[in-house]
Amino acid sequence: MAGTTRTPTNLTQGAKADAGIGASTLRPDGTLKVTGEFAYSSDMWHEDMLWGFTLRSPHAHARILSVDTSDALAQAGVYAVLTHDDLPTEHKKYGLEFTDTPVLADGVVRHHGEPVALVAADHPETARRAAAKIKVEYEELPVVHDEASALAEDAPLLHPGRDDHHAHEVPHPNIVHRQPIIRGDANAAARRADVIVTGEYEVGMQDQAFLGPESGLAVPGEDGGVDLYVATQWLHSDLRQIAPVLGLPEEKVRMTLSGVGGAFGGREDLSMQIHACLLALRTGKPVKIVYNRFESFFGHVHRHPAKLWYEHGATRDGKLTHMKCRIVLDGGAYASASPAVVGNASSLSVGPYVIEDVEIEAVALYTNNPPCGAMRGFGAVQACFAYEAQMDKVAAELGMDPVEFRQLNAMTQGTIMPTGQVVDSPAPVAELLRRVKALPLPPENQWESAGQTADVRALPGGLSNTTHGEGVVRGVGYAVGIKNVGFSEGFDDYSTARVRLEVVAGEPVATVHTAMAEVGQGGVTVHAQIARTELGVQQVTIHPADTQVGSAGSTSASRQTYMTGGAVKNTCEAVRDKALQLGRRRFGTFHPAWATAELLLEGGKVVTDGGEVLADLADVLGDDVVDLELEFRHRPTEAFDIVTGQGFGHVQYSFAAHRAVVEVDTELGLVKVVELACAQDVGKALNPLSVVGQIQGGTTQGLGLAVMEEIIVDPKSKVRNPSFTDYLIPTILDTPTIPVDVLELADDHAPYGLRGIGEAPTLSSTPAVVSAIRAATGLALKRVPVRPEHITGV
Amino acid sequence: MRVTFTVNGREQEADDVWEGESLLYVLRERMGLPGSKNACEQGECGSCTVRLDDVPVCSCLVAAGQVQGREVVTVEGLADQARERGGRATDGTTLDQAKGWQAKPHGAQAAQPGQLAPIQQAFIDAGAVQCGFCTPGLLVAADELLERNSSPTDADIREALSGNLCRCTGYEKILDAVRLAAARQDEVV
Repeated sequence: MAGTTRTPTNLTQGAKADAGIGASTLRPDGTLKVTGEFAYSSDMWHEDMLWGFTLRSPHAHARILSVDTSDALAQAGVYAVLTHDDLPTEHKKYGLEFTDTPVLADGVVRHHGEPVALVAADHPETARRAAAKIKVEYEELPVVHDEASALAEDAPLLHPGRDDHHAHEVPHPNIVHRQPIIRGDANAAARRADVIVTGEYEVGMQDQAFLGPESGLAVPGEDGGVDLYVATQWLHSDLRQIAPVLGLPEEKVRMTLSGVGGAFGGREDLSMQIHACLLALRTGKPVKIVYNRFESFFGHVHRHPAKLWYEHGATRDGKLTHMKCRIVLDGGAYASASPAVVGNASSLSVGPYVIEDVEIEAVALYTNNPPCGAMRGFGAVQACFAYEAQMDKVAAELGMDPVEFRQLNAMTQGTIMPTGQVVDSPAPVAELLRRVKALPLPPENQWESAGQTADVRALPGGLSNTTHGEGVVRGVGYAVGIKNVGFSEGFDDYSTARVRLEVVAGEPVATVHTAMAEVGQGGVTVHAQIARTELGVQQVTIHPADTQVGSAGSTSASRQTYMTGGAVKNTCEAVRDKALQLGRRRFGTFHPAWATAELLLEGGKVVTDGGEVLADLADVLGDDVVDLELEFRHRPTEAFDIVTGQGFGHVQYSFAAHRAVVEVDTELGLVKVVELACAQDVGKALNPLSVVGQIQGGTTQGLGLAVMEEIIVDPKSKVRNPSFTDYLIPTILDTPTIPVDVLELADDHAPYGLRGIGEAPTLSSTPAVVSAIRAATGLALKRVPVRPEHITGV
Repeated sequence: MRVTFTVNGREQEADDVWEGESLLYVLRERMGLPGSKNACEQGECGSCTVRLDDVPVCSCLVAAGQVQGREVVTVEGLADQARERGGRATDGTTLDQAKGWQAKPHGAQAAQPGQLAPIQQAFIDAGAVQCGFCTPGLLVAADELLERNSSPTDADIREALSGNLCRCTGYEKILDAVRLAAARQDEVV
């Protein structure tokens, strides 16, 4: 095999690229990705590298009585076997918010698939077979699997002696975090209601199902440190958790982002990072770990399954009077991002509506189920499914049109959230509903239009040929949602960008260096656009993301274009100022405008705001290099009060609305989603092509939750379907056309007025599809995913 | 064991292959061709799709030994294969129709025209690539579709690509890309 290593490379935008923000420029990594040359984390390769493998618990809750690794170590080709006893320092746990997750099981396993031991060998199959020879003796323990078993008097405690920052506030040690929100007087307001509607809803456990498996390569360094190439969402957060376990200072753990095959929240927590480093440092050889799909289902957290209880009241003229709700999220065995998910679920539980009197409670549980944490939509998805079902139900009770009812109660700029936060940027909820409703409906009976015989590909059941139209009923449903953007509740959420401006081969060239994780969203595309807009250059090089530059924060919470895009803009502005200072020094005496006019960089030249060209940027720079690294922050937020839930908790809000058209084979319970239209406010579309791609992708994940996707966990807390054979995500046949209407109402607080867009379309997609199925079938359908048996009743 | 087969027109050899190794593993880890992807390794996602004696297969499900003496084309060989094939007359949708999604080719890629197969260029131009992990398999499958059906309907495209999972795009821009490649095929002639 050619070469000794395969690692990430710089990305350069082509010389023809001249478009800044607002244009649909193409991805700088596009060519590498279509030729197969783009180096994903599972493509990392090093001469003489070993393969790591993880032995995982077959039980959800058990005591480990003994571990015997001698047979495994005796296998030819095996270089190391590590257990909890081999961890090098007293730091044996990690975690995003609480440090509660053992690197390797510490005498107890708390969920199915928990890592117990590691093997390094010269071939992946040798490592797998050696792992099978590790003898682990377990004593099974009773499992905690729901709220009743978690809070029972004799419930086993998942983490006795908790010392995290929520430990002293929670009503029970098996509750990770509880957030109430009380505003107004819901009981008094309920007396004004002409109708009161209650409902109980349930959301199944969804998986991110990113296609690139957890993987990476750890290379031991000559200085005793380690170089780690991985796919993650936040390099610096990984680094903070990895270094103490290895007993290394952070500067000796050099992380580089390798190609990331999707993330969707599932790469916020660590997976193989520490394991690969431990094996590399133990063996002195490069170690590669690649999960297969089976292992990937155990290798990352999932979306919290939820049970939600709601009560809404309304007057006869259609105004909502009050809302009460209780949301119970299953956090599984370790905290992961559960506290923040609780904060989102509670603070967004009202949805995008004006309701002044509310009583809200959200909790996350510790159980022996798979750990749950971040997934696109993050607590807001679960709430949106429930409150939108309630909106349909209240509208029906009042005999009103469900869209008009929503519009009548829709929030606007100036609305006060249940947390007391005033929404101080556009909130075009009614307008988004109007737009999505105004789109033309797809023609009826499309399976007939092709010819005499039915085209079964356009029918529920598809090529299974289960119907030619008989028993098929169409339904239309609507939903709208609200998502926060950025890290909330007082978190110091910043990003960093380093920008270098210099002359290369006679041309001014900008190099943008951030630690932003490009996970597919197109951050690298917009960074180059921003640099072109601010610096007026054509040639922009995107440096690989690594920990040699300051933190970019996480690629999550719809925040990266706002935050690292904002950081790139901010640094570019400072670089431009420095370049103009150079220009004034060199050429200031030649033209008075250098001193008096507002100066811009455009098309490789320094120009006045009146359009007069003063100098070539290349001449201004000469042999000088302008190189700056600066941090960028959004406006500060506050924690939610632990009793009342009041506080300026969120940075920005994001809104999307969907209309779903479905056709249901009512005899077999099969659903065909015919069209799923979306209208979304994006503030400012920095790259319209990418914006639409995000909206369509998020919409499709919502469709998956509506009718397909669920990790099945049995009563013993074991995962039953860890494969793409049994956990189904939408294929191109399951996914309909997705017309998108993009609205751009600027948020004056944000760079370029933009609004984070990644998550909002994942919220309302699910309830819109289920609303359409209800319209077609007349069924209540209180749980997602909706399965055929829920429709046929058998 | 030793396995010898033709990859993208060149004979390749791999030594010390364990009998349980898949074609995918040998391509990725022994031949330096990581373009074919390992998203599921159980034949469900299509990210490892290659042509084996012209037929699209999941290379994760093919034992390397089965490929002895046969011909494999991977995503790394698509551009060469397209050049050899040349253009053909078709009666598909027009280029203008295919561009209905309004992508604008600002910032064209670093690759020069002709370095990429038409289907590869169409995926870039239409915005069909996000994380890109599904892309190599989709390209091989879509290329095979256009080879046997130069003007596919949307239903044909969906059927042909139904074995390839994508988690990022919602497939709309993948459809755009295949429509665009088909329409450009017409323009060539």
